[in-house]
This record gives sequence, structure tokens and C-alpha cells, in this order.
Amino acid sequence: MQCTVIAETVGDSLHPITSQLIGAASSLGASPIVVVPGGIGSEEAASIDGVSKVVSVVGDCFSTFDGGAWATALSPQCNGVIITGATSNGREVAARIAAKRGVPIIQDVTGLSDGITITRPIYSGKAVETTTVSGDCVITLRANAFDSAGSGGSAAVNVVDQSVDVSIAVKEAINKATERLDVSEADIIISGGRGIGQKENFSHLEEVADIIGAAVGASRAVVDEWGMPHSMQVGQTGKTVTPSLYIAVGISGAIQHLAGMRSSKYIVAINKDPEAPIFGVADYGIVATWEDAVPALKAALSSL
Amino acid sequence: MTIAVLLKQVPDTTAKITVSNGRVDENAVSKWSFSPYDEYALEAALQLKESMGGELVAITAGPARCEKLLRDAAAVGADNLVHISAENINDFDSTQMQKLLAAAVEKSGSSVVFCGKQAADTNSGSTGPGVAELIGASCITMVSEVISDSGGYLATRPSSSGHEKVAVSAPCVFAFDKGVVEMRRPNVRGIMMAKKKPIETWSIEELGLDLGTSGISIDSHSPPAEKPPGQKFEGADSVSTVVGKLRDEANVI
Repeated sequence: MQCTVIAETVGDSLHPITSQLIGAASSLGASPIVVVPGGIGSEEAASIDGVSKVVSVVGDCFSTFDGGAWATALSPQCNGVIITGATSNGREVAARIAAKRGVPIIQDVTGLSDGITITRPIYSGKAVETTTVSGDCVITLRANAFDSAGSGGSAAVNVVDQSVDVSIAVKEAINKATERLDVSEADIIISGGRGIGQKENFSHLEEVADIIGAAVGASRAVVDEWGMPHSMQVGQTGKTVTPSLYIAVGISGAIQHLAGMRSSKYIVAINKDPEAPIFGVADYGIVATWEDAVPALKAALSSL
Repeated sequence: MTIAVLLKQVPDTTAKITVSNGRVDENAVSKWSFSPYDEYALEAALQLKESMGGELVAITAGPARCEKLLRDAAAVGADNLVHISAENINDFDSTQMQKLLAAAVEKSGSSVVFCGKQAADTNSGSTGPGVAELIGASCITMVSEVISDSGGYLATRPSSSGHEKVAVSAPCVFAFDKGVVEMRRPNVRGIMMAKKKPIETWSIEELGLDLGTSGISIDSHSPPAEKPPGQKFEGADSVSTVVGKLRDEANVI
């Protein structure tokens, strides 16, 4: 089977999802071509196991994100089944490439098997859909849903200069207030909900986050009512996250919140109400007030 | 100028989703609503129209129940209502759906299109960029605000360091994330006017489309895998036990 992986980059290196995309392609029996937008991390891509060839696509268009321009520059290098990450940029480029080529796209895939049979969550995880694709298609894969490929490869790198007009110009950059890790990037997340009383109490969660290198998330209720940034919101109208560890503090577990975090690998719930629905998805539930549990958590994590 | 807003009716986010005979049972859905991101798109489109004039056309595709969605859009200020009549849009693949919407956008004469970044049922996010590709437009996704600016538009979107304002000209598609302002509530006059507003119904044939066959086939829907029951502890004294288990059983810290 012919397969192309479009690499995802962050800053000046490959995003870790790239290796997962290659791992997933290999699991279908493919030796994928890896197309690298802007050429960032091409050598690193060439060293990943199972890669048949790296095409480093360079051009001015890669200095600004314009999904349309990127798709125009990358599509000619792609063949067969095209795989990207289900990140916001990955989804956009993938959708444009699919529309350009007139092939179907299936987004946010969490399972793949021969044929190709694809599973993905729908209704924000309230159901799962299994589909079969015949012919070429574009698929985007959810982060952390597939095992990474190993390293040790030594594929050739071809450089292609592709000049494409960009139709979007950045006029003003607004830096975020904090340098905190984003919930969609984090391997550990500690989230707070209405149960922690007031906005100021998030500082206690931030202290825990600092100890274990976690991101801080929030439920919709506190984003809407206390004015926490929407970028922190986990749930159906916020971010869908799949960290290794998700710690929910004072979050009752509305169906919309569960939709955004239920596929985390391990879930810890701290809530004073033993009947809170969040305990239904928790691997480890602690029935306690946050005032008692969070200092204990800080102490226990500090002494690890 | 005509602004199009693409709207999708989905099960309300509070609704329970049940699966019977391998398919999500739409008859069991207790409440249908706007897909949440579409509400932000609609509000932003209304504000853009109010700032620069023009007409706003609300477009949806789906079965007859979707007319309610168009009436709700009219009640808050949509000028024209277009219903693309299609009984089961869930059987369309992305290519077919985008062809349908792109044809409707073109027929409506719109050069600026607003939509949600993804629908709350399929959670895909393919429609905005896909329609943009088909109509030859620029597309900006994850948008939270759009204003008109020196003949074009200035859209706010996230960037690696925070946010950025990007300039773009028509034709363009804005796919909305949660916006700055919640959708306004309709007033009584708006609701009365909306009841009388005609809905244009366009069939696939009237749009002159041959959608071909879907490139994907849905094998089944199923409920999410049940998680085995977790371990539950009482009181804050158990925190250190749980932390120990996270280290030794789960190996995540």
C-alpha cells in the first residue's frame, strides 16, 4: 500500500506525533514517504524506522500558516493514503488536500486496521464509528492513540523547492499572558471546576502542576462564569485531551466534560460528593474536599 | 455583499446518544440544537453584517427537522434562509458534503462564509477548509473574532505564542472556535418575523450536482468501551496512597 505521512513540526523540530503517524502507517504494512512542510526536522524524520523516503518541501509559504497554500505546496508530493496529525493545523491542511484531490477525509482517527478499517470517536466520544475506506483517502490521527515508530532508519532526503502564494498576512501578534503548557500538548493535566470555589484557588492547582510539569485545565462552568481563558477549557466545546494522567479537582463530570477527557490513559478524580459522575470514569477516585486533598497531593508529589 | 453562515443541526450537547442495531438512534435524541461553534459563527457574522451592511444567508443541509434551525437563525437576524433538502446527510462522505455546501454558497452569491470549526456530532472540522478549497477561497480556522479592515478582514486566531490577527480578503471562509461573544437571544419581534420568513428549499438536483457514491462505508456505530470500575478512596489521607499507585501501578508519574 502506498502511504504518505505529512510531518507535524513545532518550533524548529518535529512534533512527537510525527513518529506516531509513521508508526501507524507501518502497522498497515506501508513504508511511508514522509513529507516535511518547510523542511523542519527532515533529518530527524529520515532517522525514524520504516520511512522509505523524506521529501523536504521548502518555500517562503511555510513562514505563515495558510492551510490552502500549504496544501497546494504539499499535495503534489503525496501519494496513496495520506496521513496527518489531528492537530488544528494538521486537520486544516488534510481537509484541503482531500478536497483538492477529491478523496474522502476521516478525521481524528483512534484505530486503524488493514483494509482500511478505521475507528474514531463521534459525538465527542459518546459513540464510536467504524468505517471502511476503499481507495485513496486522507486520514488524521489523534495524538497519543498510536505507538511511535522507533529510530534507527536512514532514509534519503529529497529537497523540493515549492513556491506558492500565501493569501493570509499576520498583522499583529498577541502573546499569551503565561508561559504555561497548553492542555492539548501536555502529558499530565490537572483541571479545576466549580467545586474549588473561586478563580483565585487555581493558584493551588498551578503549584501542583509546577511540581509534575502538568498543564492546568478547567471545566466549562469556570471558563464561562469566572472568566478563565477558553484555551484552558476541556470538554465538548473546549479541547479534547488524551494525556497519560488527568486529575480532575472539584469537577462533577457533566457529560460534556467527560466527552473531552474520558480517553485519558489514567484519570484521578477528587470530589467531595461521592455520587459525582466523574467517579464513573476515574481510575482512582478520592472522596475529599479540595482544601484537604490538594495540599496532600502537593506534599505527596514533592516527596517522590 | 452577501455573507453565508453554514449551520448544522446536531443532538444537543446535553443529549444522551444511544446506539441501536449498530447505528446511533436519531429518534432517541431528546433535543436538537445548533452545533455550538456554529452559534459563535452566526453571532460573529451578524456583527460583521451590522458593521458593514449587506445580507446574511443561513444555509443548512439535512432532513425537514432542520427548518427549525433556520427559523432560530432568522429570529436573531439572518435575512435569507436556505435549506438543502437531504434525508440522510450522515451517509455522505466529506467530498459529497462539501460539494453540496460549496454549490449552495456559490448559488447564494456569497463571498464570505462563516462556519463552526467542527460540528458536535462528527467532530471532524473538514467542512470549512474543504468548502474553501472548492470555491477557491482563503480559509482561516480556529477564529474567535472577525472585523472588516481596509477593504478586507482581520481575523483573530491562536498562534504558537498566543494569538495573532491575520489579514485576508474575500473570497474567504472563517471557521469559528468559541468566539468572543455568545449568540444573542431572539426578541419577541424577531421570533414573530422568523415565523413568516420564507425558506428556500434546494434539492441536490436543483443545485445541478452529481454527488457520485460515497468513498467510505459506515460499518457500525457502537457505544464507547466501558471502563472497568476504578478504585475509590475516602478522605484526603488516601492521597498519598493514590500517588503511590500512580507511580507504581500506572507508571505515569
